[in-house]
Amino acid sequence: MNNFMEQAETLVQIKGIRDGLLATFSDAPWEEQWTALLSQISERPSFFQGARLALDVGTQALKVNDLVELRDLLSERNVSLWAVVSESPLTEQTAQLLGLATRISKPRPEEQRQPVETVAEDTALFITKTIRSGTRIEFPGHVVIVGDVNPGAEIVAEGNIIVWGRVRGMVHAGSKGDRSAYICALDLSANQLRIADEVSATLKPQKDPQPEVASINGEGRLQADIWRAG
Amino acid sequence: MTAQVITVTSGKGGVGKTTAVANLAAALAMDGRKVVCIDGDIGLRNLDVVMGLENRIVYDIVDVIEGRCKLRQAMIRDKHYPEMYLIPAAQTRDKNAVSPSDMIRICNDLRPDTDFVIIDSPAGIERGFRNAIAAADRVLVVTNPEVSAVRDADRVVGILEAEEKGSPALIINRLNPMLVKNNDMLSAEDVLDLLGIQLIGVVPEDESVIIGSNRGAPVVTDPKSRAGMAFRNIAKRMQGQDVPFMDLDSQSGLWSAIQRLAGRK
Repeated sequence: MNNFMEQAETLVQIKGIRDGLLATFSDAPWEEQWTALLSQISERPSFFQGARLALDVGTQALKVNDLVELRDLLSERNVSLWAVVSESPLTEQTAQLLGLATRISKPRPEEQRQPVETVAEDTALFITKTIRSGTRIEFPGHVVIVGDVNPGAEIVAEGNIIVWGRVRGMVHAGSKGDRSAYICALDLSANQLRIADEVSATLKPQKDPQPEVASINGEGRLQADIWRAG
Repeated sequence: MTAQVITVTSGKGGVGKTTAVANLAAALAMDGRKVVCIDGDIGLRNLDVVMGLENRIVYDIVDVIEGRCKLRQAMIRDKHYPEMYLIPAAQTRDKNAVSPSDMIRICNDLRPDTDFVIIDSPAGIERGFRNAIAAADRVLVVTNPEVSAVRDADRVVGILEAEEKGSPALIINRLNPMLVKNNDMLSAEDVLDLLGIQLIGVVPEDESVIIGSNRGAPVVTDPKSRAGMAFRNIAKRMQGQDVPFMDLDSQSGLWSAIQRLAGRK
């Protein structure tokens, strides 16, 4: 038993952070990891009772079912999973779809930050579905969506945002301050558009929508124009 | 028989989930199906009231889960239809008394000798909602033609998609054709346009629904009621029949447009 517990502790490390507890997973298989986490919880139920838990899953690529299963198991033990931090874009996307946070206040170690930012220059997140209310997509590059962005959804990209569909939620391009970022959509009737730190007022829904491009113009104001070929 | 487990949910409260469950169950029972309704709203039960079975409750779903009675003992037979049953919620407990795996287990026990299990989900997207959808083969999302209800329905559809529960079907409840005509209410087209899921029925606003709920006699039993007719049609569609959408008003253009949208999946 003792031996097993030691093993569980080397697989999953748990420590307190400002927003609750953080469990850091190693690179061992997913199943072993979450079993180890659950066994740590059942060892010390009073410590975990009612805890808010964030997970750092490293490079593990996790699907919706993996996270849903773990979240339900945790909630049966009265532990609420609120965030999943990962270096895998697939896992980040999964977590965002489930409404979990993917950034926590603990800064990522410097050496891990560097490669992500350099890759960001040319990476895009490609999503082929409608983004519904309550979903927040955050990405350190460009975001391309084939589908609609419904009211109550939020898209935040450090680069540009292209939507092959209707934008009726909130979209924010150049979120880290890039004033040359732009937003394109087939129908741009968003509640609110943001580029860098400029915020636009409500755009009128049009009877006969046309593709539009929003960017920051020469006077430093956010402006949307009908897109014309050439 | 292997039952289909159907969960009725909405996100927002007060849009008519419980009314829809009571009416669809009664309509299915009228068609000779064996139906079991489960009230998933632990702590705020009211499906028993709408079905007029409040005074017959001895055991509830939490008693079944905690082993105080057999599943059979918690199933209350309906007054009008001998093949229709209700498993009531507990009024004195909260949502944590039930887990998703409990719901799956109960539904699996019911499957062999039932045609339909209909689960009434509580409002919201928390524990109670997760319990209600855990066992579902199919989900029906109820919404009203108003902006806040549609936005909550959209959130629920997003969660269902993320959990790989498949795309749910939509019931638009309490549509008032006069208000739509005057542009004072979202049309069924507007709602469908935003949600982009399959439409299974549009129920017109009808005061006989409220009268029926208060009397514990679902409106489907009233042959003259328009809403009752709409619920009967939805029940037929749930059984795989192809029933044309009702012409709620003489606005034929609108209704043919809805049929087009409904068939576009």
